[in-house]
Amino acid sequence: MRKRLVPVLAAATLAAFAASAHADILLGVGAPITGPNAAFGAQILRGAQQAVDDINAAGGVNGEKFKIVVGDDVSDPKQGISVANKFIADGVKFVVGHYNSGVSIPVSEVLAENGVLEITPASTNPRYTERGLWNTFRMCGRDDQQGVVAGAYLTKTFPGAKIAIVHDKTTYGQGLADETKKALNGAGVHEVMYEGINPGDVDFSVLIAKMKDAGISVVYYGGLHTEAGLILRQLVDQGLKATVMSDDGTVSTEISSIAGDAIDGFTFTFPPDPRNRPAAKAVVETFRKAGFEPEAYTLYSYASVQVIAEAAKAANSLDPTAVAEEIKKHGKFNTVLGDRSFNEKGDTTNPDYVVYRWKKGEDGKYNYNQL
Amino acid sequence: MEYFAQQLFNGLTLGAIYALIALGYTMVYGIIGMINFAHGDIFMLGAFAAMMVFLILVAIFHSLPAAVALLVMAIVAMVLTSLWSWMIERIAYRPLRGSFRLAPLITAIGISIALSNFVQVVQGPRNKPIAPMISQTFDVFGVVVALKQIVIIGVTAVLLAVFWYLVNKTPLGRAQRACEQDPKMAAMVGIDVNRTISVTFIMGAALAAVAGTMFVMYYGVISFSSGFIPGVKAFTAAVLGGIGSIQGAVLGGLLIGLIEALWSAYFSVDYKDVAAFSILVVVLIFLPSGLLGRAEVEKV
Repeated sequence: MRKRLVPVLAAATLAAFAASAHADILLGVGAPITGPNAAFGAQILRGAQQAVDDINAAGGVNGEKFKIVVGDDVSDPKQGISVANKFIADGVKFVVGHYNSGVSIPVSEVLAENGVLEITPASTNPRYTERGLWNTFRMCGRDDQQGVVAGAYLTKTFPGAKIAIVHDKTTYGQGLADETKKALNGAGVHEVMYEGINPGDVDFSVLIAKMKDAGISVVYYGGLHTEAGLILRQLVDQGLKATVMSDDGTVSTEISSIAGDAIDGFTFTFPPDPRNRPAAKAVVETFRKAGFEPEAYTLYSYASVQVIAEAAKAANSLDPTAVAEEIKKHGKFNTVLGDRSFNEKGDTTNPDYVVYRWKKGEDGKYNYNQL
Repeated sequence: MEYFAQQLFNGLTLGAIYALIALGYTMVYGIIGMINFAHGDIFMLGAFAAMMVFLILVAIFHSLPAAVALLVMAIVAMVLTSLWSWMIERIAYRPLRGSFRLAPLITAIGISIALSNFVQVVQGPRNKPIAPMISQTFDVFGVVVALKQIVIIGVTAVLLAVFWYLVNKTPLGRAQRACEQDPKMAAMVGIDVNRTISVTFIMGAALAAVAGTMFVMYYGVISFSSGFIPGVKAFTAAVLGGIGSIQGAVLGGLLIGLIEALWSAYFSVDYKDVAAFSILVVVLIFLPSGLLGRAEVEKV
């Protein structure tokens, strides 16, 4: 990993030195280039690099070309701040990054004060765009957008069903459960039960007996895979046939070993694989030719650069404030992820979650597929 | 009515596991007046041992009767866990006997952290699941009764009877009670106090190992942190019943299980722990030594 990155870093540094002569647009890429999340850092860097190459090859933006400046945050908020200060000192106007919500959030405040626009390809914590900053944009989905998708799916698939909403009392789990509840209630569906459990609990027999008594046939669970797996297992133990739906926190192969055969039919929301989108076909092939599999956040990073470029073109300006205004009111951006538009907060208005379901495959093993 | 019976039964199952763990707390407290905070982790070790035995059995025999598997699991877990507990008592607690009261308490907390971290490092931080062992259920007048719940309640009842007999009717039990009342005097009449204390630790650990085996069989998931919550609940049960009292630990365990189940059944699941602990507080205000505890006699 490191070996492959050295030439990229070297090229970026050289480019940064050469930059001043041509008055290029400096684009900061802030990501964990090293450390435990280095794989994601590489995705973000490669995605942005490819987008910059493609945009520059097509003539750049308003006659100017992008140059990448790399900042390694090692997934550490303190390191993220020093990267941000370095970006500001270098004269960077736009930042693609960071990976971790915990880094993106403090960094965006430093960048906001210094007139730099930030667009994250990967941070999903709602707070990132909830603080009223002018400069924060998000290419990926928000944790709470899952609730909208889950709510819509449940209302459509199980009309008239008695629904129980259960969560694990954490910011994440309860947040998702509440968003789902909101979506359901908005569609005129009211849950029969709303309960919280403790993360670490293993005994759900009482909860399940309660569901059985209430005639529940659909359960939405906001939380992580361990408790979800146990709930599935104990539902079968108690002989309650209910469909369980949950969130991206349950996506782990471990859940199938906890739940055993009870995993069959378990549904959950998760971002779709962007590589399968028609808009991404050509770009994915370019990556693969270069020997890089554009997994996970690669294309989100690519699209982030596209949005900045397209907004700068439309605004006919390279001033971050003007570009930020433009992104919010621009409407549809034609990106590698498909058409995307942004709201006042800087979130994408296309909830980026789809529904998956676990099913027994022909080989007798359970696996999940997009519905 | 069926709903009430169902929840009562669920609560009893939960309470039976708490009771088995609570006995270890109460016996150790009874004899040396120390709260063995590592007991929850001893339970976790027992559960891990049982799970490993299960996996080995499945690997060798592919399929075998659940009753046989359970018996082997429980016996191996009891032996291994007793060995651990004996070692811990020998290394960490015995040298501190006679030092100031807080020393063994702090050591126990240290041992608890050491054990769970040790398991985290060697077994990894993730949950270890096993395939469901017994999935048979019966329908008794509209109440779903799982065979494994019957096994848990049955095993607990038998073990409690055996331990009650051991403590009340045998020379070993007499020695334990003597050490509890006055270790110095007991030593003078020829009782090996250290050995008696070791045996007490081993008995507590063996019960915790059975609880661990039941836990693995019932829930099918274990992780390095699984000992904490049951440990705290069982400790609470021991205090509620009157720490030091064997019948009290059983009563306390069952009560905590039932309170949790019935509170969740008729009120909110969110507040089940709040309910259980509030009742503990109220009981302790009016009965400071627990439901069946004797009034505290200051040991000289």
